[in-house]
Amino acid sequence: MYETHYHRPKSLAEAAEIFSGAADARYISGGQTLLPTMKQRLAAPSDLIDLSKLAELRGVTVAGDTVTIGAATTHAEVAASADLKKAIPGLATLAGTIGDPAVRHRGTIGGSLANNDPAADYPAAVLALDATIHTNRRAIAAKDFSTGLFSTVLEDGEIVTKVTFPVPAKSAYDKFRNPASRYAMAGAFVAVMKDGSVRVGVTGAGSRGVFRATGFEQALQARLAPEALDVPAIDPAGMLSDIHGSAAYRANLVRVTAKRAVAALR
Amino acid sequence: MAKKVPVQVTLNGEERAEFVESGATLLNALRGRFGDTSPKGGCHQGTCGACSVIIDGELKLSCLTLAEACDGAEIVTTAGLATNSAMHPLQRAFAEGFAAQCGFCTPGMIMAAKALLDQKPDPTREDVIEALSGNICRCTGYEPIIQAVLAAAAASPHKAA
Repeated sequence: MYETHYHRPKSLAEAAEIFSGAADARYISGGQTLLPTMKQRLAAPSDLIDLSKLAELRGVTVAGDTVTIGAATTHAEVAASADLKKAIPGLATLAGTIGDPAVRHRGTIGGSLANNDPAADYPAAVLALDATIHTNRRAIAAKDFSTGLFSTVLEDGEIVTKVTFPVPAKSAYDKFRNPASRYAMAGAFVAVMKDGSVRVGVTGAGSRGVFRATGFEQALQARLAPEALDVPAIDPAGMLSDIHGSAAYRANLVRVTAKRAVAALR
Repeated sequence: MAKKVPVQVTLNGEERAEFVESGATLLNALRGRFGDTSPKGGCHQGTCGACSVIIDGELKLSCLTLAEACDGAEIVTTAGLATNSAMHPLQRAFAEGFAAQCGFCTPGMIMAAKALLDQKPDPTREDVIEALSGNICRCTGYEPIIQAVLAAAAASPHKAA
């Protein structure tokens, strides 16, 4: 790891101020991706600005039909939220399947979304639930957020502050883990919204990152049952192919995880 | 050289302060500055779990935690588990159950198990497997470790009736 300087600002405003005054600063939240990246010398920020302690970025609140999760809320906190388990059970389940216990006590929803790993879990939920990602500059609809593998519309210095989710009628998440890294080889978040529409967000499998399985959505709209997904809706041409699994294998995993999620809807 | 910054922690019940290099990991600070070599550096990438410690009641990887981010925190490591030279029930169960071979993963395993038992004194086998899911052992196989954690839970005076 190259030399760096650590800062713990007391407010978002102070964080932004340090950022603009530093040569090559990076914000750090849980650091579960950034620190390994720095150790591999693939990143060498001059300054690290710790957002994880900012009270204004923390907590899960359910108010009416909206769930708000602060960007620096850890996966363990999201998984353990009793209010969230009632409002969006699929989202609490998802948070509890990320990485391992130690990673879940550090990693945060804002950090995960900003990093936009194509195998991360949260992007599937954010897209399926039509969530809004709020930053210190604007509000971004989930459908506009991801621009590809590890890339988003976030600008230099922009900070994710919170994510708001509409409470669906039912939700569930299922993923097939790479047994070593525990990242999703495929993960499907299925949501039945209160207007009756069905939305399916898929992570881990798409060659351009998270996507909505619209073919599956139409099939589930007609019949909300796992068997409804026995349709050729996932084209292997759009799937990732690597040492862990071929495109055809991943296309099948998308179906398997989506079927399991439909069976688990509540 | 990176500038040195003071970090104050409660380490295994004792108030301590040391100067660490800015940007240093907690693992390096614990081993190099605080003199606690019980957390082990295995992969240094957040994969193996050998460096696991409990920070403010939560299991965390000390290799993926910055020392400065722990200023004011309460840290518990395997070195702090024994009381008056009597082993912690987990340490005893690991020793009696032959749950360590080379021993390198053991401190991380024990901290992950402690974090579980602190929250859930009477865990199921599945709870134990999930709790140890971030800890890799390359020699014993996991079965004796799982059995040791279950044995420690069964021996605990806090066990639910």
